[in-house]
Amino acid sequence: MAFEGLADRLQSTIKRITGKGKVSEQDVKEMTREIRLALLEADVNFKVVKDLIKRIKERAVGQEVMESLTPGQQVIKVVKEELTELMGGEQSKIAVSDRPPTVIMMVGLQGAGKTTTTGKLANLLRKKHNRSPLLVACDIYRPAAIQQLETLGSQLDMPVFSMGTEANPVDIAKKAIEKAKEEHHDYVLIDTAGRLHVDTDLMEELEQIKATVNPDEIFLVVDAMTGQDAVNVAESFNEQLDITGVVLTKLDGDTRGGAALSIKAVTGKSIKFAGMGEKLDQLEAFHPERMASRILGMGDVLTLIEKAQASVDENQAKELEDKMRNATFTFDDFLEQMGQVKKMGPLEDLLGMIPGANKMKGLKNVQFDEKQLVHVEAIIQSMTKKERQDPSVMNASRKKRIAKGSGTSVSQVNRLLKQFDEMKKMMKQMTNMQKGKKGKGFKMPFNPF
Amino acid sequence: MSFFQKLKSKFKQDNQEEVSTKYKEGMEKTRKSFSGKINDLIARYRKVDEDFFEELEEVLISADVGVMTVMDFIDELKFEVQRRNIKDTAEVKDVISEKLVDIYYGDDDEEIETLNIQEDGLTVILVVGVNGVGKTTSIGKLAHRLKADGKTVMLAAGDTFRAGAIEQLEVWGERAEVEVVKQNAGSDPAAVIFDAIKAAKSRKVDVLLCDTAGRLQNKVNLMNELSKVKRVIEREIPGAPHEVLLVLDATTGQNALSQAKTFSESTDVTGIVLTKLDGTAKGGIVLAIRHELNIPVKFVGLGEKAEDLQKFDANAFVYGLFADMLDEPSED
Repeated sequence: MAFEGLADRLQSTIKRITGKGKVSEQDVKEMTREIRLALLEADVNFKVVKDLIKRIKERAVGQEVMESLTPGQQVIKVVKEELTELMGGEQSKIAVSDRPPTVIMMVGLQGAGKTTTTGKLANLLRKKHNRSPLLVACDIYRPAAIQQLETLGSQLDMPVFSMGTEANPVDIAKKAIEKAKEEHHDYVLIDTAGRLHVDTDLMEELEQIKATVNPDEIFLVVDAMTGQDAVNVAESFNEQLDITGVVLTKLDGDTRGGAALSIKAVTGKSIKFAGMGEKLDQLEAFHPERMASRILGMGDVLTLIEKAQASVDENQAKELEDKMRNATFTFDDFLEQMGQVKKMGPLEDLLGMIPGANKMKGLKNVQFDEKQLVHVEAIIQSMTKKERQDPSVMNASRKKRIAKGSGTSVSQVNRLLKQFDEMKKMMKQMTNMQKGKKGKGFKMPFNPF
Repeated sequence: MSFFQKLKSKFKQDNQEEVSTKYKEGMEKTRKSFSGKINDLIARYRKVDEDFFEELEEVLISADVGVMTVMDFIDELKFEVQRRNIKDTAEVKDVISEKLVDIYYGDDDEEIETLNIQEDGLTVILVVGVNGVGKTTSIGKLAHRLKADGKTVMLAAGDTFRAGAIEQLEVWGERAEVEVVKQNAGSDPAAVIFDAIKAAKSRKVDVLLCDTAGRLQNKVNLMNELSKVKRVIEREIPGAPHEVLLVLDATTGQNALSQAKTFSESTDVTGIVLTKLDGTAKGGIVLAIRHELNIPVKFVGLGEKAEDLQKFDANAFVYGLFADMLDEPSED
């Protein structure tokens, strides 16, 4: 990742303070400056940052920090609590009208991902809520926008209502509702054209659609990578349309996503869903607390644990934990774990969730190509039992044999051996962390690959 | 003569009134908020002190200028203010603009802002970027532009992934009346580009514009796919692609730097197309990218019409940012 997390930023200041044993005004000032920079680098709007810093200062200067043995951790905790509070609780409910169909309108800037999100939302409604949505193509401006929705519709095997590019979007929306009633669809998802929030004509058009179809939900779709301008965009859309919720897209990228915080702060509207990939089932409920961690660069430990719990066998995990503690982890275990980890989803996603993982030397340049896993498996399977148990016996001729057996090269074998070594070191760190003073240590019941 | 007058007279001389008007209109929102804020700031603070610098820092950050760039800038400014012994904020205004322009120009000559079009033979331009920044639209506009310059143009529908992407490029092809080479959705993008190069060669086209699917820069597989596309082009035509244009959305925050960095690593980006600059987005990211990665901006998107893709003109861009200040009656 391109930016340092808050924890790294605070490191030097904290070091000095722990030496001193007492926190001065000046120290707090320096720390809040670092917090401010961390938030700004995460694209949180500077006004929102200002308010936050003020509140954090008030809390931090108080006794909480003074009495604490590790003021740095305390400060991070305060910051995270403030962020989480600002972001509000989890809100991923979708309105249900007592007089169907329930109408949902999707709005936003160009390229935010409205059409894709419309498809994903329709998929979610059918899969999770057992509904039958009708998709409506109201983007008559962008070339091939209607085809895009129609393609998504056919991928999902769902009907798409369109009237070509000559019709008026207000009429399209109106007719779509009539059609939904006739054909007994219980949800209508209206995909609108992307527009700038300062384009008065097109904003007017949205108001007209709203007045005509009287939607139960208006979702503002926002790109998670948006910078300081997110505030202006969200404010304008909210003022003119009174949106009911926000969908944050492209969160599977490496952006910190400070825009989430800004939007919540200026509109007070909850972020309901997050787009996590290009596939149509990659729309997830939005977790404010996890987002707070991400903005601060603390890694998404919660999601990681949840994913691990869902796919790791408890007994096996316990066994592995012991092995990790006693550093008797072998290539056999590695192979077994690979199978389990594979169940958890794309590797690069997992790695991004581990705090500090991007800092590990050697791990940094590991290419997380799923196909490489196949190679890794082949390499391990070409090892003898002895080699798997104790990689230190490895010599040039053994490596040559393994490379030949697995259809790879010696350098690939070397690379794996090196990575295995790095991983063992990392596990040691993790187990130490777990054994450490904090009672709520992070459980690590699987290998991080 | 003050700095502003110099800049202003440069425009008059160069007879660039028309260009700067376009920028002025397109960047109306940006300009108002950005230089408005600086003027506001100068009016409020009479003394140049720490608070003043802190607030200036905020103004720049609110324009999405990268945090690191801002910090460097403020440090330099502090030094300069001390050196010249400036106490009055009104005087510091000149220094601020001077320094910002410095970041824009850097050590580069202005030649890099033009496209590298081959005198004879095929010119291949590869267009890359994350999802939803406006790659296909920019290609459509670019085709329109090149055609107006008398070039024969061909488009390659390399986005075989996103629903409706091929159709979208076809519509732009029809509008600009240029040929589009395509395969079915889901086919290998490198194969599409390969075919397009063959077709472009046999039809003796001047410029081939290659569209690619949007991809987030942290997806290693997809970035590798892009490197492969580039390798195919390199193999077919030595010296190609002659340009690799990274399309950036002006509303993007600090992540744009990460985009520029990662895409450069896999495809050697030669220039940037900054889109959606007609909203309230500040475009300050241009400063950061030039400052930290030294990649020039070649075009800016200032509207939805085909002719709204303008050649990036650093002078005009700076002029657009500071027009408020420039038009003020000068004291000296």
